[in-house]
Amino acid sequence: MQVLVRNNSSARLLRSLQRLIFNRGLATVTDHTVSEFAPPTVPYAQVYSKPLPATLKLKTGQIFQGTSFGAPTSVSGEAVFTTSVVGYPESMTDPSYRGQILTFTQPLIGNYGVPGLFKDKFGLMEYFESDRIQVEGIIVNDYATKYSHWTAVESLGEWCARHGVPAISGVDTRAIVHILRDQGSTLARLDVGEEAHNLDTTNVKYEDPNTRNLVAEVSTKVPVSYNPFGDIKIAVIDCGVKQNILRSLVGRGASVTVLPWDFDFTKVADQFDGLFISNGPGNPKNAIRSVNILRKTLEIYQKPIFGICMGNLLLGMAAGMDVYKLRFGNRGHNVPAINMTNGMCAITSQNHGFALKDDIMPIGWKKYFVNANDGSNEGIQHIHRPVRSVQFHPEAKGGPQDTEYLFEEFLAQVRDAKLKQTGTKIYLPETLPKQEATIFA
Amino acid sequence: MASSTDEDNIQESHYHFNASTLALPMKPLMDSNLLQTSLQSGLSWTAKPTNTGEDDEELIPPENFTMVATWVYRSSFPKKKNFPFLKKLGLKSILTLILEDYPEQNMKFLKANDIKLFQFGIAGNKEPFVHIPEDKICDALSVILDRRNHPLLIHCNKGKHRTGCLVGCLRKLQRWSLTSIFDEYRRFSHPKSRSMDQQFIELFDASQVWKLVDKKLGAELGSIGFSTMYRGLYQRAQSPIRSTVSYVKHTQNVSAKLYRSFHHYQNSNSTTRRIIPTTSNLYRGSSLARNSSNSQFGSSTARVSYHFYSTAIEQHKSEAEPPPIYGKEVSDVILQHATKVDVKKVLVVGSGGLSIGQAGEFDYSGSQAIKALKESGIQTVLVNPNIATIQTSHALADKVYFLPCTIEYLEYIMERERPDGILLTFGGQTALNCGIKLNSMGVFSRLGVKVLGTPIRTLEISEDRDEFAKALKEIDIPVAQSVAVETVDDALKAAGEIGYPVIIRSAFTLGGLGSGFAENSQELHSLATKSLSLAPQILVEKSMKGWKEVEYEVVRDAVNNCITVCNMENFDPLGIHTGDSIVVAPSQTLSDEEYHMLRTAAIKIIRHLGVVGECNVQYALNPESLEYKVIEVNARLSRSSALASKATGYPLAFIAAKIALGHTLPELRNSVTKTTTACFEPSLDYIVTKIPRWDLSKFQHVHRDIGSSMKSVGEVMAVGRTFEESLQKVDPSFKGFQAQQFPELDEVLSKPTDRRLFAIGQAMIEKGYSIDQIHNLTKVDKWFLHKLGNIVDIQHELERVELLQNVPDYLLKEAKRKGFSDAQIASLLQNTTEDEVRATRKKHGITPFVKKIDTLAAEFPAYTNYLYTTYNASTHDIDFNDNGTMVLGSGVYRIGSSVEFDWCGVSTIRALREMGTKTVMVNYNPETVSTDFDECDRLYFEELSFERVMDIYEQENAHGVIVSVGGQLPQNIALRLHENKANVLGTSPVMIDNAEDRFKFSKILDQIGVDQPEWKELTSSEEAQDFAEKVGYPVLVRPSYVLSGAAMNVCHTSEALHKNLSEATLVSPLHPVVITKFIYPAEEIDVDAVAHKGKLLVHAVSEHVENAGVHSGDATLVLPSRDLSGETMSRLKDIAEKVAKAFEITGPFNMQIIKKNNSDGESELKVIECNLRASRSFPFVSKVLGLNFIDVATRALLNKDVPQPTDLMVEKRDYQAVKVPQFSWTRLQGADPFLGVEMASTGEVACFGKDKYEAYWSAIQSTQNFRVPKPGSGILIGKDDLTNEQDFVNLANMLSKDLNHPIYTSSPSVTRFLELRGIHAKTLDLPEDKKALLHAFKSNHIDFVFNLAQVRAQNVSDINYISRRSAVDFGIPLVNDPKCALLFVESLKRKREERAKFDGKLPSEIKSWAEYIGGNKC
Repeated sequence: MQVLVRNNSSARLLRSLQRLIFNRGLATVTDHTVSEFAPPTVPYAQVYSKPLPATLKLKTGQIFQGTSFGAPTSVSGEAVFTTSVVGYPESMTDPSYRGQILTFTQPLIGNYGVPGLFKDKFGLMEYFESDRIQVEGIIVNDYATKYSHWTAVESLGEWCARHGVPAISGVDTRAIVHILRDQGSTLARLDVGEEAHNLDTTNVKYEDPNTRNLVAEVSTKVPVSYNPFGDIKIAVIDCGVKQNILRSLVGRGASVTVLPWDFDFTKVADQFDGLFISNGPGNPKNAIRSVNILRKTLEIYQKPIFGICMGNLLLGMAAGMDVYKLRFGNRGHNVPAINMTNGMCAITSQNHGFALKDDIMPIGWKKYFVNANDGSNEGIQHIHRPVRSVQFHPEAKGGPQDTEYLFEEFLAQVRDAKLKQTGTKIYLPETLPKQEATIFA
Repeated sequence: MASSTDEDNIQESHYHFNASTLALPMKPLMDSNLLQTSLQSGLSWTAKPTNTGEDDEELIPPENFTMVATWVYRSSFPKKKNFPFLKKLGLKSILTLILEDYPEQNMKFLKANDIKLFQFGIAGNKEPFVHIPEDKICDALSVILDRRNHPLLIHCNKGKHRTGCLVGCLRKLQRWSLTSIFDEYRRFSHPKSRSMDQQFIELFDASQVWKLVDKKLGAELGSIGFSTMYRGLYQRAQSPIRSTVSYVKHTQNVSAKLYRSFHHYQNSNSTTRRIIPTTSNLYRGSSLARNSSNSQFGSSTARVSYHFYSTAIEQHKSEAEPPPIYGKEVSDVILQHATKVDVKKVLVVGSGGLSIGQAGEFDYSGSQAIKALKESGIQTVLVNPNIATIQTSHALADKVYFLPCTIEYLEYIMERERPDGILLTFGGQTALNCGIKLNSMGVFSRLGVKVLGTPIRTLEISEDRDEFAKALKEIDIPVAQSVAVETVDDALKAAGEIGYPVIIRSAFTLGGLGSGFAENSQELHSLATKSLSLAPQILVEKSMKGWKEVEYEVVRDAVNNCITVCNMENFDPLGIHTGDSIVVAPSQTLSDEEYHMLRTAAIKIIRHLGVVGECNVQYALNPESLEYKVIEVNARLSRSSALASKATGYPLAFIAAKIALGHTLPELRNSVTKTTTACFEPSLDYIVTKIPRWDLSKFQHVHRDIGSSMKSVGEVMAVGRTFEESLQKVDPSFKGFQAQQFPELDEVLSKPTDRRLFAIGQAMIEKGYSIDQIHNLTKVDKWFLHKLGNIVDIQHELERVELLQNVPDYLLKEAKRKGFSDAQIASLLQNTTEDEVRATRKKHGITPFVKKIDTLAAEFPAYTNYLYTTYNASTHDIDFNDNGTMVLGSGVYRIGSSVEFDWCGVSTIRALREMGTKTVMVNYNPETVSTDFDECDRLYFEELSFERVMDIYEQENAHGVIVSVGGQLPQNIALRLHENKANVLGTSPVMIDNAEDRFKFSKILDQIGVDQPEWKELTSSEEAQDFAEKVGYPVLVRPSYVLSGAAMNVCHTSEALHKNLSEATLVSPLHPVVITKFIYPAEEIDVDAVAHKGKLLVHAVSEHVENAGVHSGDATLVLPSRDLSGETMSRLKDIAEKVAKAFEITGPFNMQIIKKNNSDGESELKVIECNLRASRSFPFVSKVLGLNFIDVATRALLNKDVPQPTDLMVEKRDYQAVKVPQFSWTRLQGADPFLGVEMASTGEVACFGKDKYEAYWSAIQSTQNFRVPKPGSGILIGKDDLTNEQDFVNLANMLSKDLNHPIYTSSPSVTRFLELRGIHAKTLDLPEDKKALLHAFKSNHIDFVFNLAQVRAQNVSDINYISRRSAVDFGIPLVNDPKCALLFVESLKRKREERAKFDGKLPSEIKSWAEYIGGNKC
């Protein structure tokens, strides 16, 4: 197994570290060098001062005309909406949004610009959840051409343009949400420039991202390690893992190894004290290989397992549950989820279009969290083994941090299990280490 | 609450009292001839524990709890048949101090229940201990105590001396165990018992006992109930007698320890948990007390009082005390008891009259709370003297008391009503402060009243800066701290701790004098020296200049579910009171990281403090890092929560009330979607901007700068989908974002005043300042400035285009999308009118779209009717088939138009709905009930401009529009609506216009033979002088253009007229002045009436207490009048009928009439004003007369079910009500507290009474910060040359001779004037130095100021101005009208006499509204 080790405390590794930071985030792990790597961007110079026309076409027939403020390219994808009021850089770089055209219900977007590429001491990005914009395009009501924030280095439009992502503003986003809500998520096309004038809806080509294996697109290609000297070793099955999930684990003292989505964990299971299954985009049925591996893992692996979002779906499928596509998905930072063990209701950050069918739970499993609004599944847990997963995002970024304690519980389970096995006292960090921002220009 | 279960558990329990815990050293039995009954051994509780489990030694036997925590009962027990309750207490003995006439049945009861009675003294001897040496008593006591090992009840009958003696002896003996004191007090608030209470506290060396409790038993007690009990005593002990500090400190330590031990018990095991005394025991105790007092003792005098008593014997040395622990324990404890609160009857405390800083938002929150309680089937009792509110309408609370929200009156009402719960967090700071005080006085525990929602302890912590800072330190949340210092050295020391740069603020209102920034110790030294010469105390704070100010509204339920409903960001950086800031919601310039950092902190705080309900957290956020500090936590509903509620559609107050009843967030529904839970965070898909409204130009000498003390009188909010749209929509009194002229622009930009937004306007639009330049001066975040820049760009572009026909389609559309009003666009173009712009844009199809405010950004279908319009959209959210009737609301609260018009609007809506008509409400004031979406069928949160109203009218295809119930604002657009073919219901707008136009109005009055004072409109100063000479002085001057100070004025001399016309106003043909003959002295009368097609239906005649010359909004009104003759009454009715007919009135109208008594006994009646709309006094007259005038008016307007005319004034009533204005002088630094023809009050209160004296007595006490002068305190009185001498002499006479107050005057001439008339007075020198001035007031014990000057002060060195202003600044009540002064002094005299004859009954004014006017009418 090839493992790339990162640790900024070691000067020896600095060169390779810088190289890594430059050319990849987690979603696209490669061992290419900088020169070999073509960034998915267009240069700054191509940011247009005069707005181009842009048109949003929905497969259901509606057309919205506005102006472009991003890249002058046209795209197609699945139109979805998020009700979050803050956190557009985090949302747009979240690998779970891969293949989607994202509508922000918050009407004023771009106010605080886009922050620079800061990295923390673990080499994880501070403000982005992956190394690139993952959404296909964005739809906003009112774009702030001029931003104001101390972390910002460029405007949202410049950032989108640099990453080749089209963006449209000046459209009635509330009307779009109405359509998506009433008719369900639909395919959409965002045309910019000349194409925007074509309002004919008959021969539009729509691409359905859910037919692609999006998980494979965003997952790491090779295993990568973080914080190698942690007291416990956690394996992360990367279906499109967010930076803050890794930070939530390594920041609490764990050593983390990120494995590709279809990596056969059972072969290395004995090397890890716990297993984590990450979030990720698209239809979980495309990741059936992960499910099979997980099913095998559940049979042989007795140590703690925790999953988030896609991880919840995959774990549920491995346990024998079915998934279905939600009509318009749950995307936002205000979703209440009730913890079935103590009845407490937490506000969670969510981003998913599929859910587990939990009306009949497989033997040995019970509901962990339930959505307080629509009653959909928000998590499952094994009745007596330390295996559980949640549909929402306890790592936040963006969104509320109310359920961060789940990471602590998971790591406590791992440490407990390890203590029982080894019988030795292990290092327990008191608090999350302070994050020191370092910038690599 | 599962009290019965607890009781069962206790009975079942196998733990028994362990005698060794409380072993008493035996003393030899001594003979004492004082003991009439021989002592008997009754050691029935010495059984050994039958079970020694592992936790045994830590457990408290339930019996023990009963013993150590039996209560002090206060009741008139011996004379009543109330012994049976002793059985419940499990008492075995009673020690009584004198032999009273115990009824036979009581003796029988004692005998039957084997309760021993011991007596000291002889019946009828009032002071039995006087001749008995203390050691004899001690001996006797020790005998009793030694022989008895079970509860002992000591009954002290009325006597302070006896109580004192006994407690003193007990203290000497240090024999506290197994002893309870049964004390009979009458009224707690009775002056006599008050002093007795104080003595009691002095004698009862509480700290000793507590130390012992703490040391000996505290840990084992583990009783939350217990700690609550003695905390009550502690706080009583804090009354300013002695050693306050040590008590407080000690309380905290003991509490902490007890809380901990309690917590420990909670966790030990389940058996333990069941038998440990908990709060439910306390509740059981109080409900027992309540029941017994109600059913067995008779309700008049029986009072069950403080729960306290304790045990302990030995002396000991105190050890190091454990550190206090705050919020966590509180919240943990609450969590353990998260069950539904068992209450049947709840008292809701209102906020009183509207004042600056405490305005209409509490009408909204109180109304919602009452709705929530009613929905849960709980009986509600509301105390609020604010008669203009909706919460005091008959439809809401079950019982309403129009009485002062003061501790004294609240206690009376609780005594009378016996509620089992109280809501304190819905009535602003007033209710909160009362609650804290009542709790510390032990009133709640005495009366068994549960404080619902956030516990008192949390409220106390959030109010106390030091405790608050300490509590937040426990959870590592940084707090902005300010240190109050009195010397320069202390200031330097404080700054050293806080860290430079610091800001210095003076603790007294000096208009910013002595405030400033200091970068280092040298600067601080010079600044502090200067400041301390001006004020006795200054505040040193860390400077956070330019930081962002952000607020979060957080909700927590009793089981710890938390949500943040809304966050808001201030446009103005830190330093300006959030009430005076422009605020946007949600925050716009915060990143996810910042937003959630502050959100997480807010939740951490609310959990730590243990808030149950709603709470507001204010932060300062460094604009260049993640550094932040908490500025303030309001653990109650606040103005911000009203704003958040309206901004999000989330019914915060309603939810908070439900949580107070024990509901959890997830179990409550989101009332907007009706399908999702209330435990979620609203997501906004629009932006809300709030702008405050100041009325500073109404005042003379007032400081216009804004800062940490709020000055605005109201606020407006607008909803849009761009910041530009919501900002420009916000106030129709301005044409969007515009420039005003400021000569010292940079100064105004850097030092904020009420007009800073327009200074930014000038800098951007006219001066071409760059964004950076403006940012450096104002520190306003550049994002806001960029957005303002977008507005300016469009303005310039429109100006460039010049002509309407040249304006391209896209520009017009863009302008509308950026919130430009038609009128604003017209003003930027050449020769264009608003109507032309409107026509053009409609031709281009540019009309607004209607969107819903649904709390969740359209994610789920919502059934809400809460709407706004926007041009940033392409579809409507709703369809328009209702054809409802539109009602225009009151708009922004300001001086002259306030909550009373909201009452009118809501009453109209309710009447319309009752008649089965669909309703559409338009209003844009977030503080109102009319903007609650459950009040009407459709609510448009929109400005009341012609453009917007017409757009909605057309879109809704409304059946008609009502303009006569929202005050002047809707009235102003009536004619234009009429001209544009809108169906204006009621009196024709043409007639409204006739009544508003002075010339037309006069002509019509002349035609119908109704008299009016002489008047003329003049265009030059000379003409004005001539006219004034002709009609004779004094004259009333009403200029159309005001340069400074108040607009209207009375001039008594030609010099004054000249001065007024030259200095304060501009007179020219363009700006004419209206001069009216001012009739003086004369009485003024208000007539409120409703007519239908010119026929008078109902009318009410209210008398002003003040003479004519005081604005009717500032006047004290008496209704029904007992002083007007029948002949006058019928002439008044005649006038009303004539006016109704002449103006063909349909709907409400109001007139002010002057009554001048001529020498021949005849009186002249002259109409001075007439408004063809509902007036300010409509709620007052409706509620006093028991007939809703608006209801009648609505029927008249709709021409449906119109009632027959009735004359309400002929009915004889055995009550009178008085309405009193509420002023906000304290907030208006420098403003002259003078009553004139220009209105100055911000609100009003009204109370009922058997006569006007009693009603006035309660009403004046309902005004904020009013205190009745203490007997014997000094009173400063003043006059000027125009003051009626007879009034002044009468006043002085009554004060000094009848009431025995030392009289002070502010000038030697006035002193001489009084001395000449045989009244002794002293001259009080009023120095200019505030410090010396305060000393002058303090050293002479000045407790009240009467200033009867009739002329407005010309400058700030006027001695009467200084007297009035000092009274306001030093918090001394001020009465500045002769008639009111006399009325008050007469009331004071009567009430003092009444209280002197104290008979144990509640004061006669303690009656509910229904009792006054007859139950069926309200």
